Amino acid sequence: MDLHIHSPLDEDTVRKLHAGDMVYITGTVYTARDAAHKRMDEALDEGKELPFDVRNNIIYYLGPTPPRENRVIGSAGPTTSGRMDRYTPRLLSMGLKGMIGKGKRSPEVKQAIVDNKAVYFAAIGGAGALLSKAIVSSETIAYDDLGTEAIRKLEVVDLPAIVVIDSEGNDLYETAAGKFAKE
Amino acid sequence: MKTVNVKDITDAVRDMCIEATHYLTSDIRDALIESSQNEESELGTKILRQLKDNLDIAGSDMIPICQDTGMAVFFVTIGQEVHIEGGSLTDAINEGVRRGYTEGYLRKSVVGDPLIRENTKDNTPAVIHYDIVPGDGLKIVIAPKGFGSENTSRIFMLKPADGVEGVKKAVLTAVKEAGPNACPPMVIGVGIGGTFEKCAMLAKKALTRPINTSSDIPHIAALEDELLTLINNTGIGPAGLGGRTTALGINIETYPTHIAGLPVAVNICCHVNRHSVREF
Repeated sequence: MDLHIHSPLDEDTVRKLHAGDMVYITGTVYTARDAAHKRMDEALDEGKELPFDVRNNIIYYLGPTPPRENRVIGSAGPTTSGRMDRYTPRLLSMGLKGMIGKGKRSPEVKQAIVDNKAVYFAAIGGAGALLSKAIVSSETIAYDDLGTEAIRKLEVVDLPAIVVIDSEGNDLYETAAGKFAKE
Repeated sequence: MKTVNVKDITDAVRDMCIEATHYLTSDIRDALIESSQNEESELGTKILRQLKDNLDIAGSDMIPICQDTGMAVFFVTIGQEVHIEGGSLTDAINEGVRRGYTEGYLRKSVVGDPLIRENTKDNTPAVIHYDIVPGDGLKIVIAPKGFGSENTSRIFMLKPADGVEGVKKAVLTAVKEAGPNACPPMVIGVGIGGTFEKCAMLAKKALTRPINTSSDIPHIAALEDELLTLINNTGIGPAGLGGRTTALGINIETYPTHIAGLPVAVNICCHVNRHSVREF
Protein backbone atom coordinates (compact mmCIF):
# COMPACT_ATOMS: atom_id res chain seq x y z
CA MET A 1 0.00 0.00 0.00
CA ASP A 2 1.19 3.55 -0.73
CA LEU A 3 0.75 5.96 2.16
CA HIS A 4 1.53 9.61 2.74
CA ILE A 5 2.58 10.19 6.33
CA HIS A 6 3.78 13.09 8.48
CA SER A 7 6.74 13.34 10.81
CA PRO A 8 6.86 13.66 13.81
CA LEU A 9 4.86 10.44 13.96
CA ASP A 10 1.94 9.60 16.19
CA GLU A 11 0.95 6.23 17.56
CA ASP A 12 -2.08 5.81 15.26
CA THR A 13 0.06 6.34 12.17
CA VAL A 14 2.74 3.91 13.34
CA ARG A 15 0.14 1.25 14.14
CA LYS A 16 -1.33 1.32 10.63
CA LEU A 17 2.04 0.85 8.89
CA HIS A 18 2.84 -2.68 7.77
CA ALA A 19 6.05 -4.25 6.47
CA GLY A 20 6.07 -3.82 2.69
CA ASP A 21 4.11 -0.55 2.59
CA MET A 22 5.57 2.23 0.46
CA VAL A 23 5.47 5.55 2.31
CA TYR A 24 6.09 9.17 1.39
CA ILE A 25 7.23 11.12 4.42
CA THR A 26 6.60 14.84 4.85
CA GLY A 27 7.75 16.91 7.81
CA THR A 28 10.80 17.06 10.06
CA VAL A 29 13.45 14.35 10.33
CA TYR A 30 16.87 14.45 12.03
CA THR A 31 20.09 13.03 10.61
CA ALA A 32 22.51 11.09 12.77
CA ARG A 33 24.99 8.33 11.97
CA ASP A 34 27.89 6.57 13.70
CA ALA A 35 29.76 9.43 15.40
CA ALA A 36 26.60 11.37 16.36
CA HIS A 37 25.06 8.26 17.92
CA LYS A 38 28.20 7.65 19.96
CA ARG A 39 28.12 11.24 21.23
CA MET A 40 24.42 11.10 22.06
CA ASP A 41 24.99 7.88 23.96
CA GLU A 42 27.87 9.45 25.91
CA ALA A 43 25.73 12.52 26.63
CA LEU A 44 23.04 10.28 28.14
CA ASP A 45 25.67 8.43 30.21
CA GLU A 46 26.71 11.78 31.63
CA GLY A 47 23.13 12.72 32.40
CA LYS A 48 23.05 15.47 29.77
CA GLU A 49 20.19 16.31 27.41
CA LEU A 50 20.20 15.24 23.75
CA PRO A 51 20.55 17.94 21.06
CA PHE A 52 16.89 17.33 20.10
CA ASP A 53 13.90 15.68 21.72
CA VAL A 54 13.67 12.22 20.16
CA ARG A 55 10.05 11.71 21.26
CA ASN A 56 7.84 10.84 18.23
CA ASN A 57 10.66 11.81 15.89
CA ILE A 58 12.40 10.04 13.02
CA ILE A 59 16.18 9.69 12.69
CA TYR A 60 17.53 9.40 9.15
CA TYR A 61 20.86 7.55 9.08
CA LEU A 62 22.53 9.92 6.66
CA GLY A 63 25.84 11.65 6.05
CA PRO A 64 25.27 13.84 2.99
CA THR A 65 27.78 15.27 0.52
CA PRO A 66 28.30 19.05 0.86
CA PRO A 67 25.80 21.19 -1.08
CA ARG A 68 26.85 23.14 -4.14
CA GLU A 69 26.16 26.89 -4.05
CA ASN A 70 22.48 27.81 -3.60
CA ARG A 71 21.48 24.25 -2.84
CA VAL A 72 19.96 22.81 0.31
CA ILE A 73 22.01 19.63 0.53
CA GLY A 74 24.16 17.32 -1.57
CA SER A 75 23.62 13.64 -2.26
CA ALA A 76 21.50 12.25 0.59
CA GLY A 77 20.84 8.50 0.64
CA PRO A 78 20.73 6.15 3.64
CA THR A 79 23.72 4.50 5.29
CA THR A 80 23.76 0.98 6.77
CA SER A 81 21.57 0.97 9.89
CA GLY A 82 23.14 -2.02 11.64
CA ARG A 83 26.09 0.04 12.80
CA MET A 84 23.72 2.07 14.96
CA ASP A 85 22.14 -1.02 16.56
CA ARG A 86 24.07 -0.83 19.83
CA TYR A 87 22.73 2.69 20.48
CA THR A 88 19.18 2.29 19.13
CA PRO A 89 17.21 0.48 21.88
CA ARG A 90 18.06 3.26 24.35
CA LEU A 91 16.74 5.94 21.97
CA LEU A 92 13.59 3.90 21.27
CA SER A 93 12.96 3.59 25.00
CA MET A 94 13.11 7.39 25.16
CA GLY A 95 10.36 7.70 22.57
CA LEU A 96 12.10 7.67 19.19
CA LYS A 97 9.36 6.51 16.80
CA GLY A 98 11.06 5.94 13.46
CA MET A 99 14.34 5.30 11.71
CA ILE A 100 15.23 5.58 8.03
CA GLY A 101 18.23 3.61 6.83
CA LYS A 102 19.03 0.46 4.92
CA GLY A 103 19.95 -3.07 5.90
CA LYS A 104 19.26 -5.56 8.63
CA ARG A 105 18.65 -4.76 12.33
CA SER A 106 19.65 -6.82 15.36
CA PRO A 107 17.16 -8.92 17.35
CA GLU A 108 17.54 -6.41 20.21
CA VAL A 109 16.52 -3.50 17.96
CA LYS A 110 13.56 -5.46 16.60
CA GLN A 111 12.39 -6.23 20.11
CA ALA A 112 12.75 -2.56 21.09
CA ILE A 113 10.73 -1.57 17.99
CA VAL A 114 7.89 -3.84 19.15
CA ASP A 115 8.15 -2.84 22.82
CA ASN A 116 8.04 0.87 22.03
CA LYS A 117 5.63 0.71 19.05
CA ALA A 118 8.08 2.18 16.54
CA VAL A 119 8.85 1.59 12.86
CA TYR A 120 11.95 1.04 10.70
CA PHE A 121 11.95 2.32 7.13
CA ALA A 122 14.41 1.63 4.31
CA ALA A 123 15.21 4.29 1.77
CA ILE A 124 16.83 3.09 -1.43
CA GLY A 125 20.56 2.69 -0.97
CA GLY A 126 22.61 4.35 -3.66
CA ALA A 127 19.87 6.73 -4.76
CA GLY A 128 21.32 9.78 -3.00
CA ALA A 129 20.83 12.21 -5.89
CA LEU A 130 17.16 11.26 -6.28
CA LEU A 131 16.45 11.32 -2.53
CA SER A 132 18.07 14.75 -2.13
CA LYS A 133 15.22 16.19 -4.22
CA ALA A 134 12.79 15.48 -1.36
CA ILE A 135 14.76 17.61 1.11
CA VAL A 136 13.63 21.23 1.15
CA SER A 137 15.69 22.56 4.06
CA SER A 138 18.66 21.50 6.14
CA GLU A 139 20.04 23.06 9.29
CA THR A 140 22.95 21.73 11.35
CA ILE A 141 21.78 21.71 14.97
CA ALA A 142 24.58 19.88 16.78
CA TYR A 143 28.09 18.42 16.56
CA ASP A 144 29.10 20.72 13.70
CA ASP A 145 32.73 19.59 14.10
CA LEU A 146 31.75 16.13 12.85
CA GLY A 147 31.30 17.47 9.30
CA THR A 148 29.08 15.09 7.33
CA GLU A 149 28.29 13.26 10.60
CA ALA A 150 26.79 16.34 12.32
CA ILE A 151 23.14 16.26 13.40
CA ARG A 152 20.95 18.05 10.88
CA LYS A 153 17.29 19.01 11.10
CA LEU A 154 15.75 18.35 7.70
CA GLU A 155 12.40 19.34 6.28
CA VAL A 156 11.30 16.75 3.74
CA VAL A 157 8.41 16.53 1.30
CA ASP A 158 7.31 13.09 0.11
CA LEU A 159 10.58 11.38 0.95
CA PRO A 160 10.08 7.84 -0.45
CA ALA A 161 10.75 4.88 1.86
CA ILE A 162 9.54 1.33 2.48
CA VAL A 163 8.34 -0.07 5.80
CA VAL A 164 10.76 -2.90 6.59
CA ILE A 165 10.08 -3.60 10.28
CA ASP A 166 6.63 -2.64 11.56
CA SER A 167 5.44 -2.12 15.13
CA GLU A 168 4.39 -5.77 15.36
CA GLY A 169 7.90 -6.94 14.50
CA ASN A 170 7.22 -8.14 10.94
CA ASP A 171 10.48 -7.90 8.97
CA LEU A 172 10.26 -7.58 5.18
CA TYR A 173 13.91 -8.61 4.73
CA GLU A 174 13.12 -12.00 6.26
CA THR A 175 10.24 -12.81 3.93
CA ALA A 176 11.01 -10.98 0.66
CA ALA A 177 13.88 -13.09 -0.72
CA GLY A 178 11.98 -16.37 -0.30
CA LYS A 179 9.29 -15.25 -2.72
CA PHE A 180 11.75 -14.87 -5.59
CA ALA A 181 14.33 -17.56 -4.74
CA LYS A 182 14.82 -20.45 -7.17
CA GLU A 183 16.75 -23.68 -6.81
CA MET B 1 61.77 7.35 -22.04
CA LYS B 2 58.66 9.41 -21.33
CA THR B 3 58.51 12.28 -18.86
CA VAL B 4 55.29 13.07 -16.98
CA ASN B 5 54.96 16.09 -14.69
CA VAL B 6 53.26 15.60 -11.33
CA LYS B 7 51.09 18.66 -11.97
CA ASP B 8 49.41 16.91 -14.90
CA ILE B 9 48.81 13.86 -12.72
CA THR B 10 47.23 15.95 -9.95
CA ASP B 11 44.96 17.74 -12.45
CA ALA B 12 43.88 14.43 -13.99
CA VAL B 13 43.18 12.81 -10.60
CA ARG B 14 41.11 15.81 -9.49
CA ASP B 15 38.91 15.45 -12.57
CA MET B 16 38.69 11.65 -12.23
CA CYS B 17 37.38 11.93 -8.66
CA ILE B 18 34.52 14.13 -9.83
CA GLU B 19 33.82 12.15 -12.99
CA ALA B 20 33.71 8.76 -11.28
CA THR B 21 31.31 9.92 -8.55
CA HIS B 22 28.81 11.51 -10.97
CA TYR B 23 28.80 9.20 -14.00
CA LEU B 24 28.85 5.41 -14.19
CA THR B 25 30.48 3.56 -17.07
CA SER B 26 28.10 2.40 -19.83
CA ASP B 27 28.35 -1.29 -18.90
CA ILE B 28 26.83 -0.69 -15.45
CA ARG B 29 24.24 1.75 -16.72
CA ASP B 30 23.16 -0.64 -19.49
CA ALA B 31 22.94 -3.56 -17.03
CA LEU B 32 20.76 -1.49 -14.70
CA ILE B 33 18.37 -0.56 -17.51
CA GLU B 34 18.23 -4.13 -18.82
CA SER B 35 17.57 -5.54 -15.35
CA SER B 36 14.63 -3.16 -14.84
CA GLN B 37 13.04 -4.63 -17.97
CA ASN B 38 13.48 -8.22 -16.77
CA GLU B 39 12.77 -7.93 -13.03
CA GLU B 40 9.83 -10.07 -11.85
CA SER B 41 9.16 -8.17 -8.64
CA GLU B 42 6.91 -5.14 -8.99
CA LEU B 43 8.67 -3.31 -6.15
CA GLY B 44 12.03 -4.43 -7.52
CA THR B 45 11.21 -2.97 -10.94
CA LYS B 46 10.19 0.30 -9.30
CA ILE B 47 13.48 0.43 -7.38
CA LEU B 48 15.59 -0.32 -10.47
CA ARG B 49 13.81 2.46 -12.36
CA GLN B 50 14.50 4.84 -9.48
CA LEU B 51 18.16 3.90 -9.60
CA LYS B 52 18.22 4.73 -13.30
CA ASP B 53 16.48 8.07 -12.58
CA ASN B 54 19.06 8.65 -9.86
CA LEU B 55 21.85 8.28 -12.43
CA ASP B 56 20.16 10.78 -14.72
CA ILE B 57 19.76 13.33 -11.92
CA ALA B 58 23.36 12.82 -10.77
CA GLY B 59 24.72 13.60 -14.22
CA SER B 60 22.41 16.47 -15.13
CA ASP B 61 22.39 18.27 -11.76
CA MET B 62 25.92 17.34 -10.68
CA ILE B 63 24.84 15.63 -7.46
CA PRO B 64 26.98 12.59 -6.56
CA ILE B 65 25.25 9.31 -7.46
CA CYS B 66 25.65 8.18 -3.84
CA GLN B 67 26.46 10.27 -0.78
CA ASP B 68 29.19 7.80 0.11
CA THR B 69 31.71 9.07 -2.41
CA GLY B 70 34.08 6.51 -1.02
CA MET B 71 37.68 6.04 -0.11
CA ALA B 72 39.74 6.74 -3.23
CA VAL B 73 41.39 3.52 -4.42
CA PHE B 74 43.90 3.66 -7.29
CA PHE B 75 45.51 1.10 -9.55
CA VAL B 76 48.57 2.70 -11.14
CA THR B 77 50.40 0.83 -13.90
CA ILE B 78 53.71 2.49 -14.61
CA GLY B 79 56.22 1.61 -17.33
CA GLN B 80 59.88 1.18 -16.37
CA GLU B 81 60.75 3.88 -18.90
CA VAL B 82 58.55 6.58 -17.38
CA HIS B 83 60.20 9.43 -15.54
CA ILE B 84 58.03 11.36 -13.07
CA GLU B 85 59.26 14.93 -12.69
CA GLY B 86 58.41 17.67 -10.22
CA GLY B 87 57.85 15.60 -7.07
CA SER B 88 56.45 12.38 -5.66
CA LEU B 89 53.88 10.40 -7.65
CA THR B 90 52.07 9.37 -4.47
CA ASP B 91 51.92 12.98 -3.25
CA ALA B 92 50.61 14.07 -6.66
CA ILE B 93 47.78 11.52 -6.51
CA ASN B 94 46.85 12.52 -2.95
CA GLU B 95 46.86 16.20 -3.93
CA GLY B 96 44.48 15.32 -6.78
CA VAL B 97 42.18 13.56 -4.31
CA ARG B 98 42.33 16.53 -1.93
CA ARG B 99 41.34 18.91 -4.74
CA GLY B 100 38.79 16.61 -6.33
CA TYR B 101 36.93 15.93 -3.09
CA THR B 102 37.03 19.57 -1.98
CA GLU B 103 36.35 21.37 -5.27
CA GLY B 104 33.89 18.68 -6.42
CA TYR B 105 31.67 18.87 -3.30
CA LEU B 106 32.34 15.24 -2.49
CA ARG B 107 32.03 13.73 0.97
CA LYS B 108 35.12 13.51 3.13
CA SER B 109 34.79 10.01 4.54
CA VAL B 110 38.33 9.22 5.71
CA VAL B 111 39.48 9.16 9.35
CA GLY B 112 43.22 9.45 10.01
CA ASP B 113 43.73 6.96 12.80
CA PRO B 114 41.32 4.00 12.60
CA LEU B 115 40.81 3.97 16.38
CA ILE B 116 40.95 7.67 17.26
CA ARG B 117 38.76 8.35 14.18
CA GLU B 118 39.34 12.01 13.48
CA ASN B 119 38.23 12.98 9.96
CA THR B 120 41.14 14.13 7.75
CA LYS B 121 38.66 16.59 6.14
CA ASP B 122 39.99 16.18 2.59
CA ASN B 123 39.43 12.44 1.99
CA THR B 124 43.16 11.69 1.95
CA PRO B 125 45.09 9.50 2.04
CA ALA B 126 44.11 7.42 -0.95
CA VAL B 127 44.81 3.69 -1.17
CA ILE B 128 47.23 3.29 -4.08
CA HIS B 129 48.36 0.04 -5.68
CA TYR B 130 51.36 0.25 -8.01
CA ASP B 131 52.27 -2.18 -10.75
CA ILE B 132 55.56 -1.77 -12.62
CA VAL B 133 55.59 -3.02 -16.22
CA PRO B 134 57.89 -2.77 -19.27
CA GLY B 135 57.49 0.21 -21.63
CA ASP B 136 56.77 3.91 -21.25
CA GLY B 137 53.04 3.93 -20.45
CA LEU B 138 51.39 5.36 -17.35
CA LYS B 139 47.82 4.29 -16.63
CA ILE B 140 45.85 5.50 -13.61
CA VAL B 141 42.54 3.89 -12.63
CA ILE B 142 40.47 5.35 -9.80
CA ALA B 143 37.80 3.25 -8.10
CA PRO B 144 36.22 5.21 -5.21
CA LYS B 145 34.86 2.55 -2.85
CA GLY B 146 31.83 2.99 -0.61
CA PHE B 147 31.86 1.16 2.68
CA GLY B 148 28.26 -0.07 2.91
CA SER B 149 29.33 -2.81 0.54
CA GLU B 150 33.03 -2.86 1.48
CA ASN B 151 32.06 -3.87 5.04
CA THR B 152 30.31 -6.99 3.69
CA SER B 153 33.37 -8.27 1.78
CA ARG B 154 35.02 -11.52 2.88
CA ILE B 155 38.17 -13.61 2.59
CA PHE B 156 38.03 -17.40 2.80
CA MET B 157 41.22 -19.46 3.13
CA LEU B 158 39.83 -22.66 1.61
CA LYS B 159 41.55 -26.03 1.40
CA PRO B 160 42.54 -27.42 -2.01
CA ALA B 161 40.04 -30.26 -1.44
CA ASP B 162 37.21 -27.68 -1.24
CA GLY B 163 37.68 -27.11 -4.98
CA VAL B 164 35.27 -25.21 -7.21
CA GLU B 165 32.28 -26.18 -5.07
CA GLY B 166 33.98 -24.53 -2.10
CA VAL B 167 34.53 -21.38 -4.13
CA LYS B 168 30.85 -21.23 -5.13
CA LYS B 169 29.78 -21.76 -1.54
CA ALA B 170 32.13 -19.00 -0.35
CA VAL B 171 30.78 -16.47 -2.86
CA LEU B 172 27.16 -17.32 -2.06
CA THR B 173 27.84 -17.13 1.68
CA ALA B 174 29.29 -13.63 1.28
CA VAL B 175 26.37 -12.49 -0.91
CA LYS B 176 23.67 -13.89 1.39
CA GLU B 177 25.27 -12.41 4.50
CA ALA B 178 25.61 -9.05 2.75
CA GLY B 179 21.97 -9.06 1.62
CA PRO B 180 20.30 -5.64 1.89
CA ASN B 181 23.30 -4.05 3.64
CA ALA B 182 25.34 -3.99 0.43
CA CYS B 183 22.71 -2.01 -1.55
CA PRO B 184 21.82 -4.65 -4.14
CA PRO B 185 21.90 -5.00 -7.10
CA MET B 186 25.54 -5.68 -6.37
CA VAL B 187 28.60 -6.02 -8.54
CA ILE B 188 30.93 -8.71 -7.25
CA GLY B 189 34.68 -8.97 -7.62
CA VAL B 190 36.25 -12.32 -6.80
CA GLY B 191 39.94 -13.18 -6.46
CA ILE B 192 40.98 -16.83 -6.45
CA GLY B 193 44.53 -17.99 -5.71
CA GLY B 194 47.74 -16.22 -4.74
CA THR B 195 48.18 -15.50 -1.04
CA PHE B 196 45.99 -13.88 1.63
CA GLU B 197 46.63 -10.33 0.36
CA LYS B 198 47.00 -11.21 -3.32
CA CYS B 199 43.49 -12.66 -3.62
CA ALA B 200 42.04 -9.55 -1.95
CA MET B 201 43.87 -7.35 -4.47
CA LEU B 202 42.58 -9.50 -7.34
CA ALA B 203 39.01 -9.20 -6.04
CA LYS B 204 39.30 -5.42 -5.86
CA LYS B 205 40.84 -5.22 -9.32
CA ALA B 206 38.13 -7.50 -10.72
CA LEU B 207 35.60 -4.75 -9.93
CA THR B 208 37.32 -2.44 -12.42
CA ARG B 209 36.77 -4.79 -15.37
CA PRO B 210 33.59 -4.02 -17.37
CA ILE B 211 30.77 -6.35 -16.32
CA ASN B 212 29.84 -7.09 -19.93
CA THR B 213 33.19 -8.88 -20.40
CA SER B 214 34.17 -12.42 -19.40
CA SER B 215 37.37 -13.92 -18.09
CA ASP B 216 39.86 -14.97 -20.80
CA ILE B 217 40.10 -18.37 -19.11
CA PRO B 218 37.22 -20.54 -20.40
CA HIS B 219 36.45 -22.44 -17.18
CA ILE B 220 36.58 -19.19 -15.16
CA ALA B 221 34.24 -17.48 -17.66
CA ALA B 222 31.85 -20.41 -17.20
CA LEU B 223 32.14 -20.06 -13.42
CA GLU B 224 31.28 -16.34 -13.69
CA ASP B 225 28.11 -17.21 -15.61
CA GLU B 226 27.11 -19.98 -13.23
CA LEU B 227 27.70 -17.87 -10.14
CA LEU B 228 25.70 -14.95 -11.52
CA THR B 229 22.73 -17.28 -11.98
CA LEU B 230 23.15 -18.76 -8.48
CA ILE B 231 23.41 -15.28 -6.94
CA ASN B 232 20.27 -14.07 -8.69
CA ASN B 233 18.48 -17.26 -7.61
CA THR B 234 18.87 -16.20 -3.97
CA GLY B 235 15.88 -13.89 -4.51
CA ILE B 236 17.48 -11.09 -2.45
CA GLY B 237 16.64 -8.64 -5.24
CA PRO B 238 16.88 -4.84 -5.57
CA ALA B 239 17.48 -3.15 -2.19
CA GLY B 240 17.19 -6.60 -0.61
CA LEU B 241 13.41 -6.38 -0.83
CA GLY B 242 12.97 -9.43 -3.03
CA GLY B 243 13.44 -10.00 -6.73
CA ARG B 244 15.52 -11.58 -9.44
CA THR B 245 18.16 -8.85 -9.71
CA THR B 246 20.59 -9.42 -6.86
CA ALA B 247 23.74 -8.80 -8.88
CA LEU B 248 24.37 -7.01 -12.17
CA GLY B 249 27.62 -8.82 -12.75
CA ILE B 250 30.47 -10.85 -11.29
CA ASN B 251 34.10 -10.74 -12.39
CA ILE B 252 36.69 -13.29 -11.30
CA GLU B 253 40.46 -12.89 -11.46
CA THR B 254 42.87 -15.72 -10.68
CA TYR B 255 46.56 -16.22 -9.83
CA PRO B 256 48.76 -19.26 -9.19
CA THR B 257 48.73 -20.37 -5.58
CA HIS B 258 50.47 -22.69 -3.09
CA ILE B 259 50.05 -26.50 -3.07
CA ALA B 260 48.41 -26.22 0.37
CA GLY B 261 45.92 -23.44 -0.29
CA LEU B 262 42.91 -22.07 -2.15
CA PRO B 263 42.43 -18.43 -1.06
CA VAL B 264 39.15 -16.80 -2.18
CA ALA B 265 38.34 -13.13 -1.69
CA VAL B 266 34.89 -11.70 -2.37
CA ASN B 267 34.85 -7.92 -2.73
CA ILE B 268 31.26 -6.78 -2.82
CA CYS B 269 30.29 -3.51 -4.43
CA CYS B 270 26.88 -1.94 -4.85
CA HIS B 271 25.45 -0.92 -8.22
CA VAL B 272 27.42 2.31 -7.85
CA ASN B 273 30.57 0.51 -9.04
CA ARG B 274 32.58 3.59 -9.99
CA HIS B 275 35.78 3.87 -11.91
CA SER B 276 37.55 6.22 -14.24
CA VAL B 277 40.77 5.79 -16.27
CA ARG B 278 43.51 8.09 -17.64
CA GLU B 279 46.49 7.14 -19.73
CA PHE B 280 49.57 9.29 -20.18
